[in-house]
Amino acid sequence: MAIRSESLPILSSEDVVTVRRRVRAMAIEQGLKLIDQTKIITATSELARNTFVFGGGGTVLLEALESGGRYGVRLTFEDRGPGIADLTLAMKDGYTTGGGLGLGLSGAKRLSNEFEIDSRLGEGTRVTITRWR
Amino acid sequence: MADQERILPELLSKHQTQILESWSAEQLRNRRPGKAGISEEDLRGQCRDFLNALQEASQDDPSDDLQSPIWERARDILTDISREQSKHGASPSDIATFVFSLKQILFQLLQTEIGKRPEVFAREIWTTTLILDRLGLFTTQVALKIREEVIARQQSEMLELSTPVVKLWDGVLALPLIGTLDSERTQVVMESLLEEIVRTGAGIAIIDITGVPTVDTLVAQHLLKTVAAARLMGAECIISGIRPQIAATIVHLGVDLGDVSTKATLADAFAIALRRNNLVVTRTTPAARRQSAE
Ligand SMILES: Nc1ncnc2c1ncn2[C@@H]1O[C@H](COP(=O)(O)OP(=O)(O)OP(=O)(O)O)[C@@H](O)[C@H]1O
Ligand SMILES: [Mg+2]
Repeated sequence: MAIRSESLPILSSEDVVTVRRRVRAMAIEQGLKLIDQTKIITATSELARNTFVFGGGGTVLLEALESGGRYGVRLTFEDRGPGIADLTLAMKDGYTTGGGLGLGLSGAKRLSNEFEIDSRLGEGTRVTITRWR
Repeated sequence: MADQERILPELLSKHQTQILESWSAEQLRNRRPGKAGISEEDLRGQCRDFLNALQEASQDDPSDDLQSPIWERARDILTDISREQSKHGASPSDIATFVFSLKQILFQLLQTEIGKRPEVFAREIWTTTLILDRLGLFTTQVALKIREEVIARQQSEMLELSTPVVKLWDGVLALPLIGTLDSERTQVVMESLLEEIVRTGAGIAIIDITGVPTVDTLVAQHLLKTVAAARLMGAECIISGIRPQIAATIVHLGVDLGDVSTKATLADAFAIALRRNNLVVTRTTPAARRQSAE
């Protein structure tokens, strides 16, 4: 399913910039339209910054997907930070513990075709998003 | 030390296959699920190369001076392995663990081989620990160096956000933002706009984001804060340079720009600014020009 993959560290705000650029390159390679590129890059920006700010750093796995003639990009953000106590609350528009707009998680979900979040208190958080061509 | 029997190199060659098997199995077990990582085959190859180098070096130099040329091959191999692993997202501690995880396997073998001779056993445990600790530390140095290289490259690649506030007309300022707004500098740039508003008493400020590649919640928050602060100082902001795909993305993010005026281009925003200042731009004809000159 994944025809190419790469894993990148997210340990600084510079890394967030690098991750966006790598995702842009992969989205272009996979033939995503400009609007879909912009959507997945913006979602990337949100999730990568959450990984860095709240997760205390982590990694992202970029996968170029091909499935029955469909092309896409799947991203898995992973950290071993504090985890999220109440996922339903964290997914609510406007909920923030960091003085943000509280739109990163819910926005990333709206910007993606597929969205999965898994978080365990004291263990970490994993968010997977996919955008298809 | 030279005339002491050399247990470690002997152990390494005698149990080569077994050590390789349990060590690479350990590596594979430690791999985080869902992570790309290097392939099983490459991992096995790395383990084999390193074990060979370790065997040769400890054969030739029972001391543990990693700086000596005898250890060069082992160091080179570890450098390659560190590079390869960090390219696949391994952290410095992941890479050090690669080396440290060899300890338990070797200790167990030493125990079965020479456990009955406590003095020799203690000495061998000590030497082996020393060697593996130094090699493990060596990988963290390599990892740090790689990290520094990455950061240096990023700094040159990252568009430095440097934007002067420009005056477009009496009472009309513009801030053309170019670059990524992730760094601390964003705050400084936004503050320089506010200072100019105060200094010039401008009533309208245009923030142009044509040159900002990604508009996410962080950028939106910067913009909203600046607009609110400008308002307190008596200036209205217009945000221009919102490309169609950015507009759509902002909506999906759920960002509410409220009553902030937005325009597609800086020219559109400037036209609005002139109108608010009761100014009109007209095209003159040669005849009209002659008339006004008289
Ligand atoms: N990786 C993570 N680890 C721990 N907590 C997280 C993580 N990601 C998000 N959270 C929690 O979920 C909340 C909501 O996240 P979300 O991204 O929606 O908003 P925000 O980051 O606070 O603000 P914004 O993204 O709008 O700038 C965060 O404030 C934080 O408490
Ligand atoms: Mg966020």
